[in-house]
Parts: sequence; C-alpha cells; structure tokens
Amino acid sequence: MKVSLTFHKVIVGLLVIYLLIPLVGTFLFSIAGKWDHTILPESYTMKWYIELFQDERFYDAFRRTLFLIVMSVGLSVVIMLPTIFIITVYFSKWERLLQAVAMLPYGIPPIVGAVGLIKVYSNGPIQIAGTPWILIGAYFITILPFMYQGIRNSLRTLNAVQLVDAAELLGASKFQAFRTVVFPNIISGILVSTLLSVALLFSEFAMANLLVGGRFETIQIYLADKLNSSGHLTSAIVITYYSMVLLLTGIVLKLTLKNEKNDVVSNEKRVLSFFKKQYRHKNTAVEGEK
Amino acid sequence: MRKIKKQKIYLLALLLPFILFVIGFEIGPLLAMIKNSFYADDGIQVTIDQYITIFQSDFYLQAIQNSLVISLFSAVVSVIIAVIAAYSITKFSQKIQNRLLMIANMTSNFEGIPLSFSYIILLGNNGLFTLLFAKLGWEVFADFNLYSWTGLILVYIYFQIPLAVMLIYPSYQGIKKQWKEASSLLGGSSFSFWRRIGIPVLLPSIVGTFSILFANAMGAYATAYALVGSNYNLLSLQIASLVASDVALKPQLGSALGVLLATTMIGAMWFNERMMRRIRRDLR
Repeated sequence: MKVSLTFHKVIVGLLVIYLLIPLVGTFLFSIAGKWDHTILPESYTMKWYIELFQDERFYDAFRRTLFLIVMSVGLSVVIMLPTIFIITVYFSKWERLLQAVAMLPYGIPPIVGAVGLIKVYSNGPIQIAGTPWILIGAYFITILPFMYQGIRNSLRTLNAVQLVDAAELLGASKFQAFRTVVFPNIISGILVSTLLSVALLFSEFAMANLLVGGRFETIQIYLADKLNSSGHLTSAIVITYYSMVLLLTGIVLKLTLKNEKNDVVSNEKRVLSFFKKQYRHKNTAVEGEK
Repeated sequence: MRKIKKQKIYLLALLLPFILFVIGFEIGPLLAMIKNSFYADDGIQVTIDQYITIFQSDFYLQAIQNSLVISLFSAVVSVIIAVIAAYSITKFSQKIQNRLLMIANMTSNFEGIPLSFSYIILLGNNGLFTLLFAKLGWEVFADFNLYSWTGLILVYIYFQIPLAVMLIYPSYQGIKKQWKEASSLLGGSSFSFWRRIGIPVLLPSIVGTFSILFANAMGAYATAYALVGSNYNLLSLQIASLVASDVALKPQLGSALGVLLATTMIGAMWFNERMMRRIRRDLR
C-alpha cells in the first residue's frame, strides 16, 4: 500500500512541476539580471519591472483593454439582466430559445466569429471594422454564455418567479419588484460571472488581432508585438498580466466558495462542485446548439 | 385585458437591445459567413467553387489535416495523462486535492500569447533549457526546434492538460469504494476491477473530455500565431490570413474554411453531448 502512495506522489509531483515550470521560468526571467549558462539566475534585478512601469505604451494598452472590458461587460450586465429576468418571469416559453442563443458562442471559436464580423462590418451601412466598437459588440457575444449562466442560476436559486408574484400581490409594480426584491439578492451571483468575463476578455487575443489589430493596441496585442524584443521585459509584462488574471480568478473562486458555503453543501464537496459547475457549463453549451 | 397587453409590449421593448446585439454580432455574422462562402472571389457570382477549391488544393487540405492531427494527438496525449494524474490526485487528502485542482485551474489560465512566450524563453533558440542542455552536452535535445511541429504539439499539450484534469477528475467521484470492495469480495483483482468496472464507467466522460479538448485545439489561434506565425500550415492560421492579412485577401475562401472549421467543432461538441447523456444515465 505504501509503495503505491509513493507512486501517486511521483505522478502528481511530476504533473505539478510540469505545469509550473513555464510560470516559474518566466517569473525568474523577469527578475534576472544575468542568466546565461546556469540553472538559476546569477543576479537579480527589478529593472525590467521599473522599465515596464515607465513604458507609456504599456499604460495605454492597459487603459484600452480596460475600456473594452468595462464597456462590454457593463453593457452585458445592463442588457442581460432585464432580458433574462423578463424572459424567465413573463415569457417562460422562450427560455429554450434564449438558452440556445446565449450558449451558441461556446461552439463558435473566435477565429470563426471574426470571419463573419469582418464581412458584415467592413462595408455596408455600419462600417466599424477596425474600430474598438466592433470589439465591444464581439466581446458582448463572447461573454454571453457566462453572463447568461450566472444570471439565470441566480434567478433560479432565488425562486424569482414566486418572489415577483408575491411582490405584485402586495401591490408592488413590476419595476419595484425587480429593483427592491430581486436585484439585491442576485448581485453576488452576477459578480462572479462578471469577474469571470473580465478575466476571459483580459486574455482575449484572436478577435482583437483580427478585427482591430495595431489600430487599437490592447494588452494582448502589445504583448504579441513585444514577443520578439527583450525577453526580460516581455517576461515582466507576462508576469504582471498573469498576476492580474490570477487575482481575478482567485476572487471568483473565493466568491463561489462563499456562496456555496451558505448552501447546504458538505465541506469536502465544495471545491469539487465548483469544477463540476464549469463542466456543466461546457455541457449546456452543447445542448444550446440544437 | 388591454392593460396586460400593453404591459407585454413594454416588456418586449426592453428585450430589443438584446435582440439587436444578438442579430448584429452573433447570428448575423454567422449567416453572413455561410452566405459568403457560396460566392466566387468577385463576391457577385453564386457558386460552390470555394469548397471545390479547398478540396482540390493540396495546400488547404494539408492545413485541415495538420489541424486535425495536432488536435487529435494533443487531445489523446492529454486525456491519457489526465486519466492517470486525476486518479493519483484522488489518492490524497481532501485538502491537498483541492490545492492540486487549484493549480490546475490556475495554469489553465496560462494560455495563448503568454504561454507561447514562456516556451520561447525556455526552449526557443536561445532558451534557458536549450542553452543548458547544450552546455550539458545532451545531444538528444540538439535537434529540437520549438518553432516546428514538435514544438507546437508540446505547447498544445501543455494547455490541454490542466483542462483535461479538471474535466476528468469529477468522474472519479462516481466510482464508489463499495464497488471495489464488492469486486474484490467476488474474487476480482484490482486489474479486473478497472478493466470491467472502472474504465467502462469512466469511458463516457473520457470520450466527452476528449471531444472538448479536440474542439479546443481546433479553434486555438493565439498560441499557434505567437509560436509559428504564418510559417506553419494550420487551419486557424490560414483562415486568419485569408480574411485579415495585408496580402492576398480572399474573404470568400476564408468563409468556406470557417464554415468547415465550425462544422468540425459543432460535430465534436455534439459528440460530447451524446457521451454526457450516457454518463448521466449510468450514474443516476
């Protein structure tokens, strides 16, 4: 029995090392001064980070990415919240259609989405190809499955339909019912899908590169452009960028765990069910395509 | 009655922005792509020439083949590694299991441009390991070229493994300890348990995971773009250069390739869904 546990330790150890080597390597490279022929760097320095944080282009790229994310995620919340609410509560016969439409983007890779978008918007009445506006629209669709799942699940666990009925019986208007009863109760659920969307868009490259490219340099485009210049500086960008993504996903994980702690879920199943949920995301993606 | 009707109209009006966005950026472009794939290069004549061109061109057939091969290969390797690794993970205490899944989740976010870059500084022409191996005189690695087929496969496998582990891991929870006990009480060895019970129970989720990984690799663009640029003949890279490069724009041909890619992906996803149906029936 003891032998077999050693075996599992070796397997898992190898896996973890394999997964972490590129990350650790990039991190070390970003703080390395001189590093040519040794296993660990010969000297360490912060100068790459200092150089990075003095680079105007980095800030500009970061600002542009932020702009795109705030616009598309904000727009998504503002539009999806009433849409899903209205359809769940008042037009429940359309729920399947909504699901199909909202989950479709899962099956469509960005590279395919971009082909159609270029076609529609490079000529004709609305010529926004090459401008950030087309990206906002495209990103709205990219994050649609996440937002849909998050909002719909929150409404479900809340029993929104019954709540609204009760509120209306007590004399509230539809808008009042939504604003004072439903909305405060689903904020935390929406927060999770919002942060997930932000992390997703942060690392989006395909659409940005194909639809807009260098004309509106996002953080990913900037990174791709820097790929062939100083390795140390690029490592610093990668690490800075990745820390932000980690921070976001970390918050998501924390929030998910906290939400589920409130439900009656046994201690050991909590993290597991988070992953299962992701798994289910993928499955419903397929159901939606029919 | 009339009041209710009026209310419904207001509510429907609130749905308008959503409908507009979906038509403008999801359904519209998809239909436009499909339609566009049935036009000749001039964009006027309706024809299926684009598809004929693809299936008669060695170049594009090779792109499709390369994409299929790299997707199949990376998916198979990652699934095998994940099946073994996920099983090993289940042998640890719950706390460590959660930590390990956290690492998998964390590294699954490390993909695309940053991942390719990371491999370049580790294994590229002047990469840390490349130099180190050369210094140590390990001849085996002397021929290794990251900017090639091997390098591409290596990077694809890297970004597939964490995803595969996260997808396979939950299905091990479906294998009950009691089954093992029952099997050994009836005289079955550990091997025969896995052969007759364990693997068959896992199979639907293995196949399902495989199709997700396959689709994931088929659609991957950023990683390949950063690593090999346009030097390597992959379907996603070809589509990109046909619709958005500086030279030789052929949007109709690009659309046709896009339709083919989307069809493969939806096929893989459909397959996955069939398999998931099975696992659900098995486990419940």
